[in-house]
Order: sequence, then C-alpha cells, then structure tokens
Amino acid sequence: MADSVANSTGRGDGSQFLKIDRLSKHFDEVAAVDNVSLDIKKGEIFALLGSSGCGKSTLLRMLAGFEMPSSGNMYLDGEDIAKMPPYERPINMMFQSYALFPHLTVWENVAFGLKRDRMPKDQIAERVEAMLGIVKLKPFAKRKPHQLSGGQQQRVALARCLAKRPKLLLLDEPLGALDRKLREETQFELVNIIKSVGVTCAMVTHDQEEAMIMADRIAVMQEGRFLQVGHPREIYETPSCLFVAGFIGDVNLFNGTVDVDEPDHVVIGSPECRHFVNHGITGTIDMQVSIALRPEKICLQKHEPTIEQRESPEEHGFNSARGTIDGIAYFGKFTLFHVRLDSGKIIKASRENAARHEETQLDRGQQVYAWWDGSDVVVLTS
Amino acid sequence: MDSRLGKTWLIAGYVFLYVPILTLIIFSFNASKMVTLWGGFSFKWYGVIAHDSEVVNGFFLSMKIALMTATASVVLGTLAAFAMVRYKSFFGRTVFFSHINAPLVVPEVITGLSLLLFFVMCERLFGMPGRGMFTIWAGHTSFGLSYAAVIIQSRLLELDKSLEEAAMDLGCRPFQVFYLVTLPMIAQSLMAAWLLTFTISLDDVVTTAFLSGPGSSTLPLVILSRARLGLDPTVNAIATITVAVVAVGVVAGSLWMSRQERRRAAEQSAAYREGMQAMGA
Amino acid sequence: MNIAKSIGMNGIVRLLTRNWGRRTVIGIPYGFLILFFSVPFLVVLKISVSSTDELGIHFQDLISYADGIFQLKIKLSNYIFLTTDPLYIETYWSSVKFAAINTFICFLIGYPFAYFMARSPASMRPALLMMVSLPFWTSYLLRVYAWKGLLDDNGVINNILIWLHVIHDPIKMMHTGFSMTIGMVYTYVPFMILPVYATLVKMDLRLLEAAKDLGATPWKAFWLVTVPLSKNGIVAGSMLVFIPSLGEYVIPELLGGPSTLMIGRVLWDEFFSNNDWAMASAVAVSMVVLILVPLAIFNKYRADSGGVRGI
Repeated sequence: MADSVANSTGRGDGSQFLKIDRLSKHFDEVAAVDNVSLDIKKGEIFALLGSSGCGKSTLLRMLAGFEMPSSGNMYLDGEDIAKMPPYERPINMMFQSYALFPHLTVWENVAFGLKRDRMPKDQIAERVEAMLGIVKLKPFAKRKPHQLSGGQQQRVALARCLAKRPKLLLLDEPLGALDRKLREETQFELVNIIKSVGVTCAMVTHDQEEAMIMADRIAVMQEGRFLQVGHPREIYETPSCLFVAGFIGDVNLFNGTVDVDEPDHVVIGSPECRHFVNHGITGTIDMQVSIALRPEKICLQKHEPTIEQRESPEEHGFNSARGTIDGIAYFGKFTLFHVRLDSGKIIKASRENAARHEETQLDRGQQVYAWWDGSDVVVLTS
Repeated sequence: MDSRLGKTWLIAGYVFLYVPILTLIIFSFNASKMVTLWGGFSFKWYGVIAHDSEVVNGFFLSMKIALMTATASVVLGTLAAFAMVRYKSFFGRTVFFSHINAPLVVPEVITGLSLLLFFVMCERLFGMPGRGMFTIWAGHTSFGLSYAAVIIQSRLLELDKSLEEAAMDLGCRPFQVFYLVTLPMIAQSLMAAWLLTFTISLDDVVTTAFLSGPGSSTLPLVILSRARLGLDPTVNAIATITVAVVAVGVVAGSLWMSRQERRRAAEQSAAYREGMQAMGA
Repeated sequence: MNIAKSIGMNGIVRLLTRNWGRRTVIGIPYGFLILFFSVPFLVVLKISVSSTDELGIHFQDLISYADGIFQLKIKLSNYIFLTTDPLYIETYWSSVKFAAINTFICFLIGYPFAYFMARSPASMRPALLMMVSLPFWTSYLLRVYAWKGLLDDNGVINNILIWLHVIHDPIKMMHTGFSMTIGMVYTYVPFMILPVYATLVKMDLRLLEAAKDLGATPWKAFWLVTVPLSKNGIVAGSMLVFIPSLGEYVIPELLGGPSTLMIGRVLWDEFFSNNDWAMASAVAVSMVVLILVPLAIFNKYRADSGGVRGI
C-alpha cells in the first residue's frame, strides 16, 4: 500500500523543494544533529524515524525555527530559511500536544495564523470554513479545545496548520497522543488530507509502523545521523545496516562467514545452516557478515522442503533448518511462531491466517522445517 | 490515620483560628465602652467611626495606596517572573533572584528603616521626595513585587511552552505572543497577584510607619496607635467591617473558582464520551 | 512575510530589538529593586558606621579629603556596643528563642492540620482551604488586637472565668511570653499550613499504597514516605515563619512585655523613641547578619523549587 502511494507522488519538478545542506546542531559538546544533508521533493511526505535522542526532533525544530543551527544551510523552494525567525517562515508545525489555544474557540484557533497575515475578514472566514470542512469539524466551530476529544483536537491542529497554505508542513509525533484504534483510522485520514491539499510534509516519529504507513520516504536516524534514506519498501526489504534491520519490524539475524564468493551468488555459513544468496555482494571470502531475514519470508512445514518448492534448484539444501515450535502468538491477522532451531537459536516466523490451514496446523513442540528463498536474504556487513 | 483524630484536629484548629475574630465582631456591637464587658447590643460604634475623620481619611489613603501598589506590583512582578522563567542566563541572575525572594521574608523593620534612610538621603541631595504617599507606595511595591512575582512565576512554569511556539509558528512576533497567548493564560494568576498585593498593602503596618509623613496616616497606623493605648471599641467596629468585606471576597472567589472547575470537568468528560461514541459508531 | 528584506539588515534589526526587549524585561524590575532595596540597605550600612558632627545632627562623610589628608572614618562603636552589651546579647538570644519556639509550635499545629486537610475528600478541600485563607487575608494587626481583647486582665477570657466563678481575680496573661507566643503562633500558622498543604496535596497517594503493599504500617508509611516527600513544604513553611518572626515588631509591642525582648522592637525604639539613627542602622545590619543563614536556606529552596511547581 505504501508502495503505490510512493509511486504516485513522483510528481513535480521540485526534487529539491526542501534542501538541507550539511546541517548540524551542537549542545555543548554533543552533536544532536551531525552534518546531515537531505532533499525532500515537493508534495512528498517524508518521515524522520528514530528512537528518542536520535536528533529527529531537533532537526524538525530547526526547520520550524525554534532552534538555530550550529552550521549548515536550509533552503525551502530556493529561499534560505536558516536565518528567518519562525514567524516569517512559510512553514507550519503541528505539535505533539497540539498546542491549541485554550482561550480561543476552534474557529478562532484556525483563523489565528490568518489574522496575523492581515488577511481581509471575508477571506479569513472563507478559508476557515474550507479548512473546517476538510477536517470535518464544521459543527464544532464554536467549541473550545477542552470541549473536544483527542482526535477532534488533532484535526483542529491540522486545520490550523494548513490554513495558511504553508510550503512545508511539519508533524511532530502526529499520532503519539492517540490510542491504538483511533491511530489506525487517523493515519489514513491524515495522509488523505495532506495529499488532497498537496502540501509537502516532513514528520517525526519513533513509531516505525506510523512511518511506514504514512510516508513516501523515510530517513532512519541515530545519534544525529541518517543511517538510511529511502522508500518504506527499500528500508524494510533492503536495510543498509544492522540497526535499520532491527529497528523496522521484526527480523531474524544470523552471524556467518562468507564461504563462497561469486559474482552471481554467495554462500554464507552459519551455525544454524548454510545460506545461499542469489546475488553477489561486495566482500571477500572468510568475511564476517550478518544475515537479515524477515519472519514472513520463512515457511514452516512438517516435512523437509523439496526441490520443487525451491526458487531455483541450486538452493536445495541451503536456506533451511530444522527446529521445534517453542511458542505461538496469535495476532488475529497473522500468527507468529517462535522456532527453536536444532542449533539452539530461536527464530521468528510469521504466517497470515488468510484461510484456515487445517492441514498445516502447527502446535507447540511440533518438529518443523523452516525454509526460505535466497532472494529474501539480506546480507549486512555493519 | 484515624479520621476521627483528623476531624477533631481540623475542628480544633478552625476554632482556634476563628474564635478571636468572632470575639472582635461580637464586641463591636457592645453598647458599653468597656470593650470586653457586655453592656447590651448597639450599632453606635459604627456611627462613631463613620464620623471619625482620622479613620475615614486613613481608609481612603490606604485604598489609594493599595490600588497603586497592586497595579505596580503586578506589572513589575510579571516582568520579573518572565525574566526568571524565560531567560535562563543573564548577568547577575542569582543576585536578581535573591532580590526577588528576600522581601518575602526579610523583617519589615529592616526594609522600612533602610527605605526611610534612603528617602531622607534623597531629600537631602535632591530636595525630594517628601515622605508621604509616594514613599509609602514605593515601600509597599518593593515587596509587593516579590509576592506578585512568586505567584506569576508559579503559573508561568506550568504553562505549556509549545503554545507560545505555536503562536510564533503561526506568525506572531514575540510581543504579540505575549499579549495574544501568554497574557490570557496567566490572567487568573495576575488577578490573584493583584488581590494579594492589594491586601498586603492595605494591611501593612511597619513599613508604612517608617515611611509615612505628617498627614499621611493610613488606616493600619490609626489602628496601631489606638491599639497601643488599650482596648478600643472603634477598632472592633473597623475590624468587623474588614472581616465582612474579606469574607465576602474570599467566599465569592472560592465559589467562582470551584464552579469554573466543575464546569470544565463536565465539558471535558462530555467531549470524551462524544469521542468514544464517534469511534463506536 | 518580509522576505524582501536582505538577510543581513533583517538580522541586525532583529538582534537589536530582541536584546532591547530582553533588557527591558529584566532591567525594569531589576532597576526598581536595586533602587528601592539594595541602595537603601547600603545607606543603612553607611549610616551605621557614620559619626555625627558635634551637634549630633548631621552625619559626616565617611571619606573626606582636606588639607592634603585623605580620611576614612568608620565608627565601629555602635557595633562594638551591640556585640558586648549584655542586654543586646540577651535580646538577640531571646529573639532567636521566640522565633524558634514560634516555628516549632506552628509546625506542631500546622503540619497535622495541613495533612488532614490534604487527606480529606476532594470535594471538601476547596472549602477547607477557603476557611484557612480567610484569616490569612484579614489584617494581622486586627487579629493580634483580638488577642489583646481576649487575654487582657479585663479581657473576655478573664471576664468569662470570673462570671463563671471559676476564679476571683483575673489571671495575668497579657504582656508575657505566653501572650506573645500565642499571638505569634496565631499570626504565623497559616504561613506554615499553606506551603505544607500545597506539597501534601500534590503527593501521589499511590506511593503510600505501594508502601503498604510492601508491608509498612500506616504510621510507618507516614514517617518513611509522606514526611520526607513533604520536606519542601516544611522548609518553605519554616522559613516563612522563622525569618519574619525574628524581626517582629507589632506582636511584641501589643502582646509582649518587658520580659519579651525582641530585636525588631528594639530597632523601632532606637529609631522612634531614642532617635538614634546610627544605632538603629547598626541593629538592622546585625539583624541581617542574624538571618543570613536561614535566608540562604530559603533562597536555595526557592531556586530548587523553581523547576517544580508551588510556592
């Protein structure tokens, strides 16, 4: 789903609509943001993803104007915004706490930014009505923030941000304050509103699911640096390093050594099994590497995998291991199995419950074979 | 903790606090001049003070000074509170800080004397100001400022900083942020600070005594001189009126505040329920 | 949006105006306090060491230059007197004693009071708080005067006791240490109750539940959890009571007597009765020295709680 969204937003010339150029922010000796560079396309939804302290919020605040960069530049639509105070930038931010003005009504909150621009009264009214319509809050215009539920407050905050038609919209942990059910509904709604308005958006989150669902592209951050920037699919299927692999979704990691290194395939040996990778890697024989394998790529069955099941005949004998089912977690949509391999390692394998697999019902303690395709294996050197 | 012990302690405490006040009130209606010997019910002392020019003038002077003090204290106190909360480092910050806090506890005889000597020196050097309303006002404001700053600072600390950032984000210059967003949010504490400094100024004795001049006798000074001489029924009458006014003010204030709280809580739970229903539907 | 302005020009203007705003906000109250708090104290300091001219009316300058001689005259006799005169020494000691007793009694009465207030049902608390606030907002002069009416030889208590034939002659309660202490406690107990209440009411009651869950009796939970957590309130209340008590004038004057020596009253008398400004100033300076340590404690407490809410 995110894939198709990503493809459909390859619009516009503005490939460098927001250009961040070697931006750094130091607090005393510590670099909260360390020499990062980034280009965000016009109309794109871009997510900065990382755990707390990685620098994503600092970066966002520098974009908004609440922190001054220690060095580096920021250009929005060609303009240098680094020296502009927040009230002059064509950027609006939606705060994690929404920051709605408690003494003003919903209508007045949304109109607030427009009044600062000295817009004529009738135009303000028009714009506010339009905004309230987009977020579906027209009947609540006269209410005060404390008379609204969490989800409604968020929509007011969004309307208030978009009212000024900013060139860049910033979202700070947009769904952090909502409970799970509301979060799921809101994710899609938010993306729809943002896309229909067509505004470029940069968001910050620690929730990788949120980033994967909402963003066109993601930057995974750690200690002030970008570890990987790319479409959600890239980040998920081809993580560039161990941290990214482990941070996004579940992953199984194997440690191994390169046994065979050919231009079109590689064999890596690890205590659990031998891995056949159907593409070359930059590396040498006897190099220590890690193998990342997503749980949903693993098949579990009671009998050994046959040659016919394999992607290609060469893989027979590789990419499989025997084990026992150690734990089962039923999530409704899918089931997660913990399999203790003969080598002692526990791996996670998941399976969708699309139909009731009576014939392949697996129980605890059951001996199974886990196997996977060579094309699903990701080799990481760091 | 035994709740009976709790109730007894509270009741005993309130009795201790209120019995003296009640005796004041009761004996203000005493017909006899012997204050504490009951001679029958009478309103006469109220009539006496109404015509007592010393009392009436003192009252108006006290009110005037209190009004000016309260207003100046709130303005200065707000500035001071902002300086303390928003500006994390400036030259002489710790000194500033101790200057704001000291008047809260330093005995008034010290501050009164020092201000008086200061004004005398000014008089000698510049020929002004003479001791009177201005000097009393200056003295009252010098500690009124502290009380106001403490109250406002407390409220400022509670304020969500992101509200001010949001205002800037939406196009407010710093001063606009203050009067469009911050001020409405601290309005209640400004009011509380105003009332507190007003009361403190109205009741002040020692500093006023040092700083008043001929012809500027505030009501507390009048009361003090009479009280030093002995028991005086006119003082009782003044006291009763004071207590009545304060009581009305405190009760009204409390009721208004708790009504606001209840209304707010009701609105919040209504909104929450609505939100829940919307999700279910 | 002033995008048209060049960055440099905009930056300079902003730099100036930003600092200008900051300087005003800090400068105005700072200036006021320096003018009406620090400078006056320096004046007091100066006068306390000044010698008067032959007529004893005008103060001579500390620093003078005449006939090629540069003279610095600092008269220490007042201070010497303060530190050697037995009466003064006793007065200091007595002031500290009475202030300490006052603080202690206010704590004994006020802490449980605040505790029971904080633990009563939430619906009752506003009313309870209001009832404590009322005496607080009433002029303390009048409330002290009320005790005069109660404790006087001809006062309410004596009259009632005589009327009930419990006693024949009035009990002498006025102008004693007893009457002054009652007056002090009565005046200052709200200053102990309010900060302690503010601290206790914010305490997370689940901490007590956790303590009980781990085996503490209610009494133990009180001592090991509640009291330490209310330390801030206790310190605040104690300083708000102790320091001003030291320098009290009104209560010793109205309710105290010859046996209750209080330094605040002495200062007043030196100034208003003896007209000895220099002496009064020296007393003021000595009082400041006396309260320096508690004042530092109060300052530190205020600084710490600057990050935390509450008085």
